[in-house]
Amino acid sequence: MTRLASPRAGRDLDRVAARAAHARGRPRSRRYIGMLYAAPTAVIVGVLFLAPLALVVWMSLNKWPLLGQPRFNAPENYAKISDDPLFVDSVFFTLKYTLIITVLLSAVALGLALLVQNRRPGVTFFRTAFFLPGAVGFAAASLLFYGMLNPDFGPLGFMDVKWIGTPNMALFSTIALVLWRFAGFNMLILLTGLQAIPVQVYEAARTDGASRWQTFTKITLPLLRPTIALMLILSITGSLLAFDQFFIFTNGGPDNSTVSMVMVIYRNAFFRFDLGGAAALSVVLLAALVALNALQLRVLRGGDK
Amino acid sequence: MRRTGSYSATSALAVLFLFPLLWSGWSSLKGQPGSGQTNGYGFGNYTRMAHFGEGLTSYLTNSLLVSAMTVAGTLLVSALGGYAFARFAFPGKNLLFLATLAILMVPYATILIPLYVLLGKIGLQNSLVGLSLVFVMFQLPFALYMMRNSFEAVPRELDESAMVDGCGTFRAFTLILLPAVRPGLVTVGLFAFLASWNDFLAPLILLNDGASFPLPVAVWSMTQRTFGAIDYGMLEAGVMVMAIPCLLLFIVLQRYYVRGFMSGALRG
Repeated sequence: MTRLASPRAGRDLDRVAARAAHARGRPRSRRYIGMLYAAPTAVIVGVLFLAPLALVVWMSLNKWPLLGQPRFNAPENYAKISDDPLFVDSVFFTLKYTLIITVLLSAVALGLALLVQNRRPGVTFFRTAFFLPGAVGFAAASLLFYGMLNPDFGPLGFMDVKWIGTPNMALFSTIALVLWRFAGFNMLILLTGLQAIPVQVYEAARTDGASRWQTFTKITLPLLRPTIALMLILSITGSLLAFDQFFIFTNGGPDNSTVSMVMVIYRNAFFRFDLGGAAALSVVLLAALVALNALQLRVLRGGDK
Repeated sequence: MRRTGSYSATSALAVLFLFPLLWSGWSSLKGQPGSGQTNGYGFGNYTRMAHFGEGLTSYLTNSLLVSAMTVAGTLLVSALGGYAFARFAFPGKNLLFLATLAILMVPYATILIPLYVLLGKIGLQNSLVGLSLVFVMFQLPFALYMMRNSFEAVPRELDESAMVDGCGTFRAFTLILLPAVRPGLVTVGLFAFLASWNDFLAPLILLNDGASFPLPVAVWSMTQRTFGAIDYGMLEAGVMVMAIPCLLLFIVLQRYYVRGFMSGALRG
């Protein structure tokens, strides 16, 4: 036995020695090897993220036509932002939409999550049913609703309602579309939070004689706070950047009543051929969202403690 | 009593959520005067799409190419990068990681205009390769984070002993580590596919030639007729062509989807 074991022991010793040598020789060569593996990431981030980030600022300081030579004209692109009534309207509209959709989406998602949080027969089916619209692309979902809410073609034609015919109805229909597409997604976020609450907490509440409502307001909601905060961040930042639903589904209408901020950026760039103006709007929106993100992350961190 | 009440409420909601998908599938097959399927049920709307614009096969090919390039590119870059971040120390490591995560902070719609200009300067405007590279960039924060964590979860002894036995770092990476992080790769690939297959704004801005449009922009263009009626049957057929692959992938790979979801894919 000892004989058989000794070569193996020898090899182990070799291995230990080699590892030690390897470790000693490592620092310099391994530094460069690591850089090599990280090089593709660095190229993508540098060329396709940092460079356009710098370029958008530079473009915003220039008169930059779609075709032809750019010319430095700062700060004209920024000065004329407030002169663009469509953009000013789009800011108010986007804020209004963000407020309404965030409230409704959170409420619906919480309701769905509470309905399917417990294991019981069929619950997997229900969860999948609620989430399934989220697997469909948002553009596809918007086009689906475009057909479904058409009074002549869709199944709701008998109701004699112009679903995107008036500003209020267009907003209402868009909200229905967004709730359908994203409620399950937000439900899934809340479910991960709900399932992290220990069962013992609920049991303790029950033995103390807490009612269902008390359990919900005194235990579930406070413990769910970080998850709710995350959901709110995603909903707010996503809604401020709304594009597909208004570009595809309502096409900004009727009478430009549903034009979002990103739609104005797109229009300035590709219909007015004013890339400089579009870049200035982009910088403003970018700065606002980065500030908002930073603020929300801080609130979220605070909530975690 | 309470239980049956909640059951019927949940069931009614489930029907409400499934209805639009079922209606879309049904109306894409249903006969409609003036559409590709004039009466009865059949695939008339789908065959008519074959002759819409540049033809369904052309749009489908564009979409498949973009998604394939995005998935391959994201996997390649994030696997190599994840390995670098999990196993090596190198100058600028933290800075590069922060710069990559910063992509999440910057709203994607706001850098598409400079990307349009930039891609023009490097000859990738109106190119499916350029579009795919942009998608790879947008996927990178989630993908790199996911792959770094996957590599870190593999015990160091595994690849280090392979290297002691004479493997170089690259062979240890391909032979030992990559098979060990397969679930991470599937998750990253799934999210890269869904994002590139479904995105509308990036191809709308970065491509300006109908022949290179992927499905979402092509199907949207069905609604942009200046005269003549919109063919809603064909529109819903287009919606189905876009939606069915995603629905199938989601149902088959649900486990990986939820896994990615938990580790922060929600921001991607």
